[in-house]
Amino acid sequence: MTELLEVKGLKIAAPQKDGSEIPIVKGVDFNVKAGEVVALIGESGSGKTTISLGSLGYTKPGLEFTGGSIKLHGNDILTMGNDDLRSLRGQKVAYLAQSAAATFNPAITIGEQVTESAVLHGVMTQEEATIRATELYHALELPDPELLGGRYPHQVSGGQLQRLMAAMALVGRPDLLVLDEPTTALDVTTQIEVLKAFKKVIQEEGSAAIYVTHDLAVVAQIADHIVVLYSGEVQEQGSVDQIINNPQHPYTKRLMAAAHAGPKPGMGDKLSGDHDKDIANVQVKDMTAGYGEIRDGKPAITVLRDINMSVKNGHVVGVIGESGCGKSTLARVIAGLLPAAQGNIILDGKTLEGSYKQRTKLELQKIQFVYQMADTALNPKQMIGEILGRPIEMFQGLTGKKKREKVAETLRMVELPVEFENRYPAELSGGQKQRVNLARSLAAEPEIMLCDEVTSALDSIVGSNVVKLLKRLRDLTGVSFMFITHDLSTVAAFADEIVVLYAGRIVEQGPVDEVLSPPFHPYTRLLISSVPEMKIGWLEETMKKREMAVGIARGVEITAVGCPFYNRCPIAIDGTCNIKTPPVHEPTPGHQISCHHSLEDILGFENAPQQVLHGFEKAAPDDAAIL
Amino acid sequence: MQRMVIQRIIIGFITLWVVSVLVFIGTSILPGDVAEIVLGQTATPESLAAYRAERGLDQPLYMQYLTWLGGMFTGDLGTSKAGGASISSLISGRFGNTMLLAGIVAIISVPMSVVLGLLAAMYPGTWIDRILTFGTLSLISVPEFFIATFMVLIFAVQLQWLPAIATMSPEASFWETIGSMAMPLITLIIVVAAQMIRMTRAGILNVMNSPYIEMAILKGVKRKRIILRHAFYNAIGPIVNVIALNLAYLVSGVVIVETIFAYPGLAKLMIDGVQTRDLPLVQACAMIFCGTYVILIIMADVAAILSNPRLRNPK
Repeated sequence: MTELLEVKGLKIAAPQKDGSEIPIVKGVDFNVKAGEVVALIGESGSGKTTISLGSLGYTKPGLEFTGGSIKLHGNDILTMGNDDLRSLRGQKVAYLAQSAAATFNPAITIGEQVTESAVLHGVMTQEEATIRATELYHALELPDPELLGGRYPHQVSGGQLQRLMAAMALVGRPDLLVLDEPTTALDVTTQIEVLKAFKKVIQEEGSAAIYVTHDLAVVAQIADHIVVLYSGEVQEQGSVDQIINNPQHPYTKRLMAAAHAGPKPGMGDKLSGDHDKDIANVQVKDMTAGYGEIRDGKPAITVLRDINMSVKNGHVVGVIGESGCGKSTLARVIAGLLPAAQGNIILDGKTLEGSYKQRTKLELQKIQFVYQMADTALNPKQMIGEILGRPIEMFQGLTGKKKREKVAETLRMVELPVEFENRYPAELSGGQKQRVNLARSLAAEPEIMLCDEVTSALDSIVGSNVVKLLKRLRDLTGVSFMFITHDLSTVAAFADEIVVLYAGRIVEQGPVDEVLSPPFHPYTRLLISSVPEMKIGWLEETMKKREMAVGIARGVEITAVGCPFYNRCPIAIDGTCNIKTPPVHEPTPGHQISCHHSLEDILGFENAPQQVLHGFEKAAPDDAAIL
Repeated sequence: MQRMVIQRIIIGFITLWVVSVLVFIGTSILPGDVAEIVLGQTATPESLAAYRAERGLDQPLYMQYLTWLGGMFTGDLGTSKAGGASISSLISGRFGNTMLLAGIVAIISVPMSVVLGLLAAMYPGTWIDRILTFGTLSLISVPEFFIATFMVLIFAVQLQWLPAIATMSPEASFWETIGSMAMPLITLIIVVAAQMIRMTRAGILNVMNSPYIEMAILKGVKRKRIILRHAFYNAIGPIVNVIALNLAYLVSGVVIVETIFAYPGLAKLMIDGVQTRDLPLVQACAMIFCGTYVILIIMADVAAILSNPRLRNPK
């Protein structure tokens, strides 16, 4: 195969005001052959995105190329003028960004945005481009391909936008695609759907690709060649097989270790004796909640229905489910940010007021909320010392020297140097900010911390360090956690109990090892099957499984009657599952599964995976077209 | 979306009502009794009482308010104390003059400002941008009476090209009218354009930091098209609001300019009304100014709603 793209000695740096430079990329070499998918992997700060943008002759504001060459078809991109670069971008090299939701212009129709580049570059006329785009919508298995072009970005789902971005990149038949973490922000189920579509289209179109990610399991599904980056330098490169199955460099080995193994029972630490108390810390009883005006105990839009769960003292309860299932809403109800329409929240045996405004200071202190985005949750104009000092002053009444001592102690607890109290959030890395975010809640000395996707925005190594920290904090202070995530592997390794939430209802809950071993609720099963494994060929294998055929094609819909999972369930029974509320089975004490099938039947289905089962035909791909 | 538009309009009406109450109360608590002012210090108690009864001034305040409000709706704005002419006839001529001035200023300044703002945003840091930024910043900082006085000094006193006073007579020829309006026009255009240029530039550059603009760059789209097609539509909301505020200023805030050039507009009429304690006239002018503000802001809100595809095309 001929070399399509040759990167040699590439250097990119951030020039400073005093004339010096901070090197970001420090001499990187790699090649991309025609039709080949090369993965750039590494943690945040490794320079992988910067390098990938370099192949479009582009740097983020504040950076510049300082050496080396990037040759496409033998022509150096770095020496091109503006006009040449413009005709290169979008036509020869096309870019797919991490967040399609932010990358699509909200004011322009999808069709115009998808075809814009090809038409502007004179590759095809508007009519040809529109026809080509519609073909791509078909190939990417997008619903209503004929009408899609006339819609606006906010009218389609996140997973669909991500695939539309692939269409936007492919319309002009580029030689090289640059994909920058295109599935990182997605749910596991959506990720599979998007990965599958990408892989199919890349194979059909025969274009080469640079795939930037930190997720080795994803790389194993899609790449031919892997380049491992750390701090702007190549650590190791080789074929997928070589890197995944026989890594040589210690850093690659570390990455592999931090990469998630699939969620399995027995991965978690056992509770330490001191804190393992069988006393409910927070209980949620028959709770229904939603948004809008509450009338006769019913909100205008009901999100959560009949929720019963509890978090025991010193326990970690993982709440899992896709986006739109009501995970964050549950935490907001417990914290009193959203008063429930029905039911009670009980803290240490005492029923709490629905709204935080009516709760006592002590009650507020005991329940603390940790937000997903440390970036937006920390006031950028306050120093870390002030941010942490606030809850200490408010809840413990400490001031002056005592307050400062407590701030220092809290910083030590989250393993940050004491000097950080004089820094602003902007001076910290993503992982450090998340620690400060946790420390702020911790400073209140709560009984329970409600953590909303606190590791989702972090890459694997940083994320697993935050989880380690949370474990240590629990052992140290005995605080309980409600840990909301869509990342099953983290829950498997960290939680004591799991609550599986689907479309606002709890479909399964119980001790972690029980939930992660059969019998599964069909939704739990779908979630577990969707977690990519670091195994070449896993994607194809998984897509053959029957739960995928139905489960992946549809999205979360909140329904009022029957089983919430009805329209995505491979074993749904027409006339029962869509009408009657499923009964609750209890295979072992504390482990509850809501399903119309008996436990024996569920186990039977588990053991006969390739059989097409009753109810399957109702979800043929054709009628799966829902928006 | 329709609901949102209707909501805005209803809120507009409520605002107008609140304003009418404030205007009425405000003018009522001003010192001095109308009857005493009109009839002078020699008036007998009987003649004062007769005057009050005739004008309904002996009624309780809320009745006076309702009568006044009813008059507003039927176009009967009351009678001016000074001279006893009906306020409607006093205002109509002046209102036409003000609208003429504001209209011409708007027609020239709005497109000019948007185009210049776009130009500055298209080439940030270049000499065009620097000149525009420097020029607009300087002009915003200079008070309008200074600009107006300065122009009178140059064009009327030194060069003697234009009349210092803008008299508007119906017999004047088209060119004479233009000549007498030229200086108030230029002053106002300078004052409102500077703000609108700056806001257009800022609105566009703010959008230029969005990921979808970076995407457009990476698709090889030219900067001109990025600004006009990708950025402008997303910046319409803030831009129309600034335009609306400036247009409202043209109707109501031009007191100083109208006074300096003795331009027979509405604001000047109101000033005269204040000086002669002609309260019904002041009330009527105040209501017209507030109404203009409310209508223009509603129009800006509606334009912002219409330019937002999320609201125009619900899921």
